[in-house]
Amino acid sequence: MGLEPGKAFALPKPGHPAGHGQTHFSNLERFVTLKHTALHAEHQRLNAKLVDFAGWDMPIQYASQLDEHHAVRADAGMFDVAHMAALDLSGARVREFLRHLLANDVAKLTLPGKALYSCLLREDAGVIDDLIAYYLDDTHFRLVVNAGTTDKDLAWIRAQAPAFAVSVTQRSDLGILAVQGPQARARVLPLLPQALRARAEALVNFQAAWDGECFVARTGYTGEDGFELILPHAQLLALWSQLLAAGVKPCGLGARDTLRLEAGMNLYGQDMDESRHPLESGLGWTIAWQPQDRDFIGRAALEKLRGHSAHQFVGLVLEGRGIMRAHMPLRFANGAKGETTSGGFAPTLKQSIALARIEAQAEGACEVEIRGQWQAVRIVKPPFVRHGRALI
Amino acid sequence: MSQVPAGLKYVKTHEWLKREADGSITVGITDYAQASLGDLVFVDVPAVGRKLAKDEACSVVESVKAASDVYAPIAGEVLAVNGKLADAPEVLNSDPYGEGWLWKMKPSNAADFDALLDAAGYEDFLKSL
Repeated sequence: MGLEPGKAFALPKPGHPAGHGQTHFSNLERFVTLKHTALHAEHQRLNAKLVDFAGWDMPIQYASQLDEHHAVRADAGMFDVAHMAALDLSGARVREFLRHLLANDVAKLTLPGKALYSCLLREDAGVIDDLIAYYLDDTHFRLVVNAGTTDKDLAWIRAQAPAFAVSVTQRSDLGILAVQGPQARARVLPLLPQALRARAEALVNFQAAWDGECFVARTGYTGEDGFELILPHAQLLALWSQLLAAGVKPCGLGARDTLRLEAGMNLYGQDMDESRHPLESGLGWTIAWQPQDRDFIGRAALEKLRGHSAHQFVGLVLEGRGIMRAHMPLRFANGAKGETTSGGFAPTLKQSIALARIEAQAEGACEVEIRGQWQAVRIVKPPFVRHGRALI
Repeated sequence: MSQVPAGLKYVKTHEWLKREADGSITVGITDYAQASLGDLVFVDVPAVGRKLAKDEACSVVESVKAASDVYAPIAGEVLAVNGKLADAPEVLNSDPYGEGWLWKMKPSNAADFDALLDAAGYEDFLKSL
């Protein structure tokens, strides 16, 4: 059978040069070539299958990716996402800077701890990255950005920052752990420092609390309730061990991908990148058009595209048997075309789903080409699954 | 360590073959293959009666991660397929040499089977990977 080890284990590499990650490393090469998170030894101890993900040696699964997926939908699972980067921005004009830098508007954040999802755009509205911005206080914000894009994000942000006298610090001393699922908060709360527990319990969605360097946010990438914790490496490892003892299932990036796809969340480098703008990537909702005089990077280009996008972005459900993957061709009854950007098996739905970019004028019955055969698909509006329930 | 039962034949593309009492050949994928692929969620088997050329891609197994072609390890005609796999592809993971068989075939040339790797030969090959 067509068993190509690197290929079979490979996940999309967000923002990473094509082909990287398909390389076969010897153990020594692997050790010196790839970056390690603070939990790397834990992944090895737990016999995780490790892959090169954007230059990091990361667990794609521990035992069964399906079991890991279902644990997050039904109970609680945890993900080492310390390959993503926390960037701290400070300065008296930091809010003004972010209102210029980001397509969403941090002016919406009026309470310290509140968070916002946004695209980081080029002048031509190509998406440099997607990120979460946390409002810490009037002179401090924290951004969490993707692993594969960290270096170019830093370069871009640092190029814009001096005009606003904002300083940018990558917090390599901190790591990120996501604990997700209906029981995630109940498992994490008793393990938090006393000073933080009550405030963490009171968090609403997209809000964070912190005590010193212990930072907890009610955010995630799975469509379930839960926390993302940003902690010094030693504390991160201690919390991981306590959660493991409390029965929280370690989950790899494979389950993270099927969970986010069911949740209808975009993956950078796959569903959008610098060659695509937010309006053709299902991200129009993240653009803050008001107030009209807010001059953010990419605004002029977006204003021209608004209402004239050549593409739209949709969800797909395969009616029959088979699995949709990324980059499969689509055709419509009226002759319009399209392509899947992400696709796979949805374990909660037990059928295949996809995200797709289609021509704006597409109408009528839609078919996807899977290995030379055209099969009927149904167009839906993501998300597919939210809080354990099918929405399609 | 992958299981490699004695008494079966193997090919380097990770299919196994078993000669039944009536001379027909049962084909499946090895334990090493299923473990490498991860959780299997879709299996497509060839139609009964289809004539397969050696090394022809005639079946597809898809895990949560990727689709992989399965090649006919010898030439012959498909006699039966494992209909259970449509609803329960996970048996390919749990029992690759038993309930997870893919198809049975009538070999074009009975001697083709004898020329394939035995368990020891396939184990040596796995060690070389």
